[in-house]
Amino acid sequence: MSETAVSTVQQHAPPSSFIRKHIFSLDHKVIGKQYYALALVAVFMGMVLSWLMRIHLVWPNAPIPGLQFLSKAGAPGGVMTPEYYLSLLTMHGTLMVFFVLTNAPFAAFGNYFLPIQIGAEDMAFPRFNMMSFWTTFLAFCILVTAFFVPDGPPISGWTAYATLSAVGPDSGPGEGLGQTLWGLSIFVFCIASLLGSLNFIATTLDLRTKGMTLARMPICTWAWFITSCIALLAFAVLMPACLLLILDRVAGTSFFIPAGLVISDHLQPHSGGSPLLWQHLFWFFGHPEVYIAILPAMGIVSHILINSMRRPLLSHKVIIYCMMAIGFLSYMVWGHHMFVSGMNPFSSLVFSFPTLMITIPATIMTLIWLGSLYGSRLRISAASLFALGFLSMFVSGGVSGFFLAQPSIDIYLHATYFVVGHFHMVMGVAAIFGIFAGTYFWFPKMTGHMMSESLGKLHFWLTFIGTYCIFMPFHYLGLAGNVRRYSAFVDDFLVPLIPVHRFITFAALFTGAVQLIFLYNLIHSRFRGAPAPANPWECTSLEWTMPSPPPFDNFGGKHPVVYHDPYQYGVKSSTGDYLMQDSPEQAQT
Amino acid sequence: MATVVQPPEHKHEDPSPAQQHTGGGGFGSFVPTGGPLKTLGDPSQEATRTGIWVGLAAITMSFAAFTSALLVRQTTGSDWRHLTVPPIVFANTIVLLASSVTLEIARRRLAAYARHESADRAAPLRWLITTLLLGLLFVAGQYAAWAKLRAEGLYLASNPNSSFFYVLTAVHALHVLGGLGGLLRVVAKLRNPVFSLRKSTMDATSYYWHFMGILWLYVLFVMWIKL
Repeated sequence: MSETAVSTVQQHAPPSSFIRKHIFSLDHKVIGKQYYALALVAVFMGMVLSWLMRIHLVWPNAPIPGLQFLSKAGAPGGVMTPEYYLSLLTMHGTLMVFFVLTNAPFAAFGNYFLPIQIGAEDMAFPRFNMMSFWTTFLAFCILVTAFFVPDGPPISGWTAYATLSAVGPDSGPGEGLGQTLWGLSIFVFCIASLLGSLNFIATTLDLRTKGMTLARMPICTWAWFITSCIALLAFAVLMPACLLLILDRVAGTSFFIPAGLVISDHLQPHSGGSPLLWQHLFWFFGHPEVYIAILPAMGIVSHILINSMRRPLLSHKVIIYCMMAIGFLSYMVWGHHMFVSGMNPFSSLVFSFPTLMITIPATIMTLIWLGSLYGSRLRISAASLFALGFLSMFVSGGVSGFFLAQPSIDIYLHATYFVVGHFHMVMGVAAIFGIFAGTYFWFPKMTGHMMSESLGKLHFWLTFIGTYCIFMPFHYLGLAGNVRRYSAFVDDFLVPLIPVHRFITFAALFTGAVQLIFLYNLIHSRFRGAPAPANPWECTSLEWTMPSPPPFDNFGGKHPVVYHDPYQYGVKSSTGDYLMQDSPEQAQT
Repeated sequence: MATVVQPPEHKHEDPSPAQQHTGGGGFGSFVPTGGPLKTLGDPSQEATRTGIWVGLAAITMSFAAFTSALLVRQTTGSDWRHLTVPPIVFANTIVLLASSVTLEIARRRLAAYARHESADRAAPLRWLITTLLLGLLFVAGQYAAWAKLRAEGLYLASNPNSSFFYVLTAVHALHVLGGLGGLLRVVAKLRNPVFSLRKSTMDATSYYWHFMGILWLYVLFVMWIKL
């Protein structure tokens, strides 16, 4: 029996039954794939919802065939009511932010690769890990049932502002059972997320193999670790908020509902509450949440770029410090979502300052990426193209954040398409590009098959052009005063903008269709793709030391020993121009 | 192909300084002089301990959120009605703190058993069950406090003070029930003829339980000065 100074996880025996292998699995790799599959289902649902919304915006009176079967009241004869537009908007946002952007880059790839990249056999708490996936799945099921209750899904947006979300059925269709189901779903999602973060943190701190110091962890591992620290504290605040919202709705409390509200001719029997309190609680979670969405993508993209450039970044330590700074500052900026909410205007200054400060580490990171790319001989692959696309999208989407960070400009731009353009470019495109990049990069390792590179490159170019066509015009629309969350544009200052919307809708439908190329590539390659070698990208991190796909217990019961950081590229070695982390060989100078 | 260093033939290494820490209680480790116990070299205990601290951080953050909700709610609306905290709550506090004491006694008896200074496994088991019962008594006492408020006509939605009283105490009680589950698990392992209780499990359960006491003192303080 070997005596090592290395942590071992509670051993779990190899699974024997089908259920243990593929359904209720304790293996972090299976759980990672399950999260990815859930995110895939959620993203297609969210995308279909966005098509329905875009079609309605441009042709508000046109019946959409089949929609009346989803909701007779919401879409009589297939023509969407304005309230049902808001319902679809709410579900689109909730699905995308929670079940795609928190799941895929963080839970899916993180669960799969974090233990491997630090040389561990599995996560620290495999049973909690399994529970966290199935709890997420439960949250997803609860959310989806909101589509099928008589009144439909809630209309308050993914942000569920009180008092609309708190008073109950009087405030609109979907505000009865639909909103309560939403609150319950998010509450359950918080539990799942907390369990997941617990695992990530304990695993990173305690299960690193011999020689794997914190400094030698790959950047993506750092990103997952920092994200899990942020997620732990953020979701721990959303849970009480959802609980108080549910109590306001079903138990008659008045946390968020002030006195004297007459809604739909009914005097609401609440008093004393503060709608602003909900906004504070929600955004205290909500802002760290968007960094939870982007940080893993930053880590994945850094990892892929270093590998594709065949040389390290200008400074990977600075990247990691910047990620930590972003994580820390993310807790101080929540009020920038509330500049026009009626809170004390002086507090706008207090929130604007850290918001501008948070642009500094983000800019440093961007400059490091760009500076490292300059003069490099980048290997072009689908993964590296999406990594470059991420950079482009992050810059394009990020600069609009500089504008929104200033209260004086935000007074005009708040709740316009400018904001919608900003967050879609950074979250809806940049983070998704990070997911795509990770998929193309790690698919060979996860499945043992190569994806089609030509289809991947086609997917990239069409998506890159398509998403710019969709989301860049949003900024123009916002500056022109186009208000968001409107289901139709009838005001005289909005009617001239409808041709722009038409262009965007065509771009959206086109880009959505392009994703079928990705889906086809994913499924076809899974079964018919060329067999993948252990290290097709000549990457240095530990996941590439094992066969594709990795065996059940990762390192075969042994513990790899790590000698290098994961940036030994451009060196002379027996393997070529790189050194694996676990290779005892030193670089020849 | 993974490059691994084959570990040397069985070589008993002294635990590194990091591994020598006893994990609280100051009563030495569960290192056996012989026997079926997992040794202090069993490093899974580090992950368990880290995990419980991380979990406690999340719970702290949740109660911080409740506290800030309380503080903000007090300043909006003019319906803040002073609430008299039912006296049984103070008895419950004593019960909960006592359960922390009995838990520590149980840990020390357990350490003595593990060090083979005592062959009595029943003693730590008795003290653990006492802790469990005191915990249940606490939850029952909280229920009595709610019943007292109901008798005064104060329900969840009556006024914001009662809302926060019920919410804070109920959420705390739910977490205490979770802690009771953990204690039950420890008791079950202790009652197993084959001794399978790891020090890390005992430590993690104890940290959680003591935290419930500290958290309760905090909740009581907030309610006392604010509600």
